[in-house]
Amino acid sequence: MNHVVPAPAQSTVGRKLRTSLNIYDTELIDFLFIMSKKLENVISIRDFDRDGLLSILEMARAAEGTNNSDLLKGHVLGIMFIEPSTRTRLSFGAAMVRLGGEVLDFGDPSRSSLQKGESLADTIKTFSSYCDVMTIRHPLEGVARLAAQIAGIPVINAGDGANQHPTQTFLDLYTIQKTCGGLDNLKVGFIGDLRYSRTVHSLAEALSWFDDELYFISPEVLKAPGYLLEELEEKEVAYDQFNSPEDVLSELDVLYCTRIQEERFADRLEYEQVKSCYRIRKSLLEECGVKQSLKIMHPLPRVDELADDIDNTPYAVYFQQARNGIPIRQALLSMLLQKNI
Amino acid sequence: MDKRKKQVELNVSAIRNGTVIDHVDSKATFQVARIMQVEKEKNKILIGQNLESRQLGSKGIIKIENRRLTADEANKIALIAPEATLNIIEDFAVVEKVKVKLPNQISRVVKCYNPRCVTNNEPVDTYFEITDSKPPILRCGYCERVMKGSDVILK
Repeated sequence: MNHVVPAPAQSTVGRKLRTSLNIYDTELIDFLFIMSKKLENVISIRDFDRDGLLSILEMARAAEGTNNSDLLKGHVLGIMFIEPSTRTRLSFGAAMVRLGGEVLDFGDPSRSSLQKGESLADTIKTFSSYCDVMTIRHPLEGVARLAAQIAGIPVINAGDGANQHPTQTFLDLYTIQKTCGGLDNLKVGFIGDLRYSRTVHSLAEALSWFDDELYFISPEVLKAPGYLLEELEEKEVAYDQFNSPEDVLSELDVLYCTRIQEERFADRLEYEQVKSCYRIRKSLLEECGVKQSLKIMHPLPRVDELADDIDNTPYAVYFQQARNGIPIRQALLSMLLQKNI
Repeated sequence: MDKRKKQVELNVSAIRNGTVIDHVDSKATFQVARIMQVEKEKNKILIGQNLESRQLGSKGIIKIENRRLTADEANKIALIAPEATLNIIEDFAVVEKVKVKLPNQISRVVKCYNPRCVTNNEPVDTYFEITDSKPPILRCGYCERVMKGSDVILK
């Protein structure tokens, strides 16, 4: 049976991307168009396979530098953040505005009907009826999946408690792809809070689709959770665990640092014992003889785990990583809204 | 029916019409009885525990007269007694015999063990993907936490 491949020329987004973003690779356009049709929501990195992940990174590459487009003119992004955020909230808004769309912000939840005891489901249903695509952050885990079931418009998860933050993972992957030239054959180290950090768990899961070696560096109490390691074993991902960065730094192509998150510790004493357990500084990198091509990443904010004497070295890509939030979110918004154009 | 099996059956009297839940792991017998909400049942109920079983070594049986299991009840039983068989009895004869089987997804009957899960804080039905059946491993469809063994709490 012949599969009918939809002609990309019928897609307004495809056509606009082709002209306004100067993409002339028709195979790539076909690929992106087909993947866009499959994308209904962005809830969890688990919902994406290798092709799905790559299609979003390709679309981000196409969107790079798009500061003044009318691609999403007439569309409204609803931003419903029931938890504090700086980078994620602002970069979603900037991504939409730079594509010609508009933003409707839910605002301070203390001034909404949630305070009157309205159910979260009713609030989401109402809010979603005022916009074409929405992004939600909430401290409860699974809220974004619930929103996707009831909203009737595409939903992007901007963080649900300690569970998922898929747009962060996409921008992490995009940063690795851009700075290392690809996503395969890399030795990627994770250091810091590997037990509670959702960015570490999601990025490790995403990298399991690629041919990489993963190294987890943490004190005993902050080791990567068993379920994550079991999943990596099931997918035959090569990984190893270390207590000390000195044991493995010279091997790495990427070092992904995380903050020890005080707010995650039930036991204050336990936090005090590990809060400053690692400090990655320029002299340590030199002592360990790291690769010249090493890239150091951090989802930010940082506290004292990453010294600022690294900021002006070629190793540091964490501010570039934060900037990559814009093309990634532009890509996701374009792909999700394609159906409605 | 061989003599040995007949002896087991006779340990718990026969019912005319209804359901016999057989080959229940002995330790899970009263959990299965709770799933069936036997305390509210008006019809005849017979419960046997620590009965001899070639397959399990020791087994439990629950017989409930004039009652068929709902899909939710059968799914719950499959979670805690995966070896159980359900016998539908009509006029003292077994007219249907099925082994309980976990579906790929299970809704409503299990509570998520994660207190931060939306299902424990908002009026939302739970659903889980069954990623493995023996022993059962469940992944919450909302918060994505994995549950097995004692983490699995029936509603």
